[in-house]
Amino acid sequence: MLTPPVADLALVADLDALLAEHGADRSALLPVLAGLRRRHGEISDAAMQLVAARLGIPPVEVLGVVTFYSFLRGGSARHVVRVCRTLACELAGAPDVWARLEREVGAPAGEATSDGAVVVERVHCIGRCDHAPALLVDDRALDDVTPADAAALVASLRGEARPT
Amino acid sequence: MTTQVAVDIDGRRVTIPAGTTALDAADAAGVRIPTLCHHPDLRDVGSCRLCMVEVEGQAGLQAACTYPVTADLRLRTDSPRVVDARRGVLELLMGEHPDRCPECVRTGECELQALATEYGVGPAPARVSRPLQLVDLLGPAVTVDLDACIGCLRCVRTCAELQDLGILGVVGRGSSTAVSTYLGLPLAEVSCIACGQCINRCPTGALRPVDRTAELFAALADPTKHVVIQTAPAPRAAIGEEFGFEPGTPLTWQLNTALRRLGFDRVFDTSFAADLTVIEEGAELLVRLYENLVLGSSTHPLPLLTSCSPGWVTDLEHRDPDHLAHLSSCRSPQQMFGSLIKTWYAQQEGRDPADIVSVSLMPCTAKKFEATRPELTHDGRPDVDMALTTRELAAMMRARGIGLADVPASDFDDPFGTASGSGVIFGVTGGVMESALRTVIELVTGRPAEDYFSHADITPVRGFEGVRSIEVTLDRVGPVPPILAHLLPNLEWLRGTTLRCAVAHGTANAHAVMEDLRAGGRFSTYHFIEVMACPGGCLGGGGQPVPTSATVRAARARSIYAEDARYGQTGRARKSHENPAVLRLYRDLLTDGPGGPTSHRLLHTTYTGRGTYVGATR
Repeated sequence: MLTPPVADLALVADLDALLAEHGADRSALLPVLAGLRRRHGEISDAAMQLVAARLGIPPVEVLGVVTFYSFLRGGSARHVVRVCRTLACELAGAPDVWARLEREVGAPAGEATSDGAVVVERVHCIGRCDHAPALLVDDRALDDVTPADAAALVASLRGEARPT
Repeated sequence: MTTQVAVDIDGRRVTIPAGTTALDAADAAGVRIPTLCHHPDLRDVGSCRLCMVEVEGQAGLQAACTYPVTADLRLRTDSPRVVDARRGVLELLMGEHPDRCPECVRTGECELQALATEYGVGPAPARVSRPLQLVDLLGPAVTVDLDACIGCLRCVRTCAELQDLGILGVVGRGSSTAVSTYLGLPLAEVSCIACGQCINRCPTGALRPVDRTAELFAALADPTKHVVIQTAPAPRAAIGEEFGFEPGTPLTWQLNTALRRLGFDRVFDTSFAADLTVIEEGAELLVRLYENLVLGSSTHPLPLLTSCSPGWVTDLEHRDPDHLAHLSSCRSPQQMFGSLIKTWYAQQEGRDPADIVSVSLMPCTAKKFEATRPELTHDGRPDVDMALTTRELAAMMRARGIGLADVPASDFDDPFGTASGSGVIFGVTGGVMESALRTVIELVTGRPAEDYFSHADITPVRGFEGVRSIEVTLDRVGPVPPILAHLLPNLEWLRGTTLRCAVAHGTANAHAVMEDLRAGGRFSTYHFIEVMACPGGCLGGGGQPVPTSATVRAARARSIYAEDARYGQTGRARKSHENPAVLRLYRDLLTDGPGGPTSHRLLHTTYTGRGTYVGATR
């Protein structure tokens, strides 16, 4: 199998590191993709083909996994804020948090801010019902969120680098 | 020893090894359970839920195909609850299925249609019938109607597991889950080899070959066109299945008559070109052996890999471009014949090649792709204008009221008339190897192949084991036969050589062989390896009748071997180098012999390294 020609050397270096950590067989697929998502944002066509070639699996299998898990999808913004849209959070005030987030970000769900800092996504239950309404900010849960918290969050994320 | 368990299925008792699925247990008891996502060639996944049964002691229904019986058990497959559940599944499937069965290519052979009819389930009343939208019309061989897909994933399992290709996969989640190629790209842009095994295992008309029969009907009706057809041996052993005959009913000679009734001007035997392939490829093998063993040159390396299977050739071009030098430069029999028809035959008949429509009847969907290869053309025209599958021809015959029962036998047309039994067994895995060995043994040793193998039946290469090997020691050598005199000074250097040969069928087995070869394993010490992309060889091709199973393929193989044996009994040639029409061709046209400049121009080809990376420019 030919290795695809990839110009993105940072991608190749990160993938090498992830493969060294998780192994270079099929079972490493999910942690490798999660790692790439964390470091590079959107998992690109080139990234998927490179992962497939390195793990010795078909590209369509990588695509299948990427499109199955919502946490592997999303744009290339530095930070992803996931708003729970399931019942408990809805009842506890998620719609107000959601409206405020959208206003602060200035872009609809799934679209990054113009500076590429933040994207907001509405997701299914994130398992924090006892602290509704809850957000997931990158890998970190934020509990009992008020609209004011949401505004402060966006302001601080704009100044933060991509989490590693 | 495996524990035996007793199962009571609807009152019928059967004893089976523990671990047998409820579906197989029912089969052993003679109870039929309807299935859709199950296929005998594939691993079961239990996704369609049609085979649900009542298991004593369990509250919910269980999918029989994935329920292993581990202890004595009672099953009900016919209770009202089970029947209602099945009907419910069928109602959901039919509720989403397009309402256009009469115009579907699979009608009459569709598993969903048959079950819906059996259970009295029609299409949803509110279903709006959309016009047929084939995705991937760019694909030269295989196309997809996703509307008709029921999500059983038989195609995905076929592609990924049976064939080790992984072109089709499952993308998305929940209700948006769909069968897809990588990024939804056309099959022509991913490393699909067009083997069509997915088509053979699709229960509906969702996967289908690219159909050009309307164009062919027009050509047959056009008096200015001279329409010729060559028929490969595998379709002849299988087309009966389309007309109610038992699998393995040979209908070669009746089919000749039927094709003339359909309007073909000449009917030729692809096995003739298979004989030609044996001569050309046999000579190529001997020359490569001489270059490698005597001259120490590895420009044309060993093992020599066969090139008859266009799916396999494309697979190697995609996955293993570094090993293309191993591939025989011989064109496939279809293309050798196509080349001769548009050149020598046209000249003999005094016809303009532009007025000849050259058709082939093939068991194969990859032949459709092969026919479009730019290197297989003359003056910008394809050597083979149309490669027709067995199923497509059967549909054309049905459309014209032509059957195969009570049809008189007739022979193939001259000037290619006769083929040998060796040419016929090209239709089954191992056949190319057996034919080549019959000829190589006789040309090298000067002794009949019967001295080495009883009745010249080279049984070690027969059967369906995924990879089979044979060693043949050339214990004596004769003088160089005249047909090889221009290629080799003598044969002494072969005395005592043990030829190591192997046969692989299905690309999964081919990949295992190539992996071993790349790693310097035992296959790297071999001399000659036959590879066919499809399980069973051509007789299991992607254009063959459905359903397919190991039993059906074995019946087709028996039919093909029987035809070869009958050639011996009726005084026809059984070995390619004894085929009088082939020898005549070397006398009249290919006068510089096998592997000579004329042969290279008309009968050999080149390959293109393609790689697997998709769309570097996107």
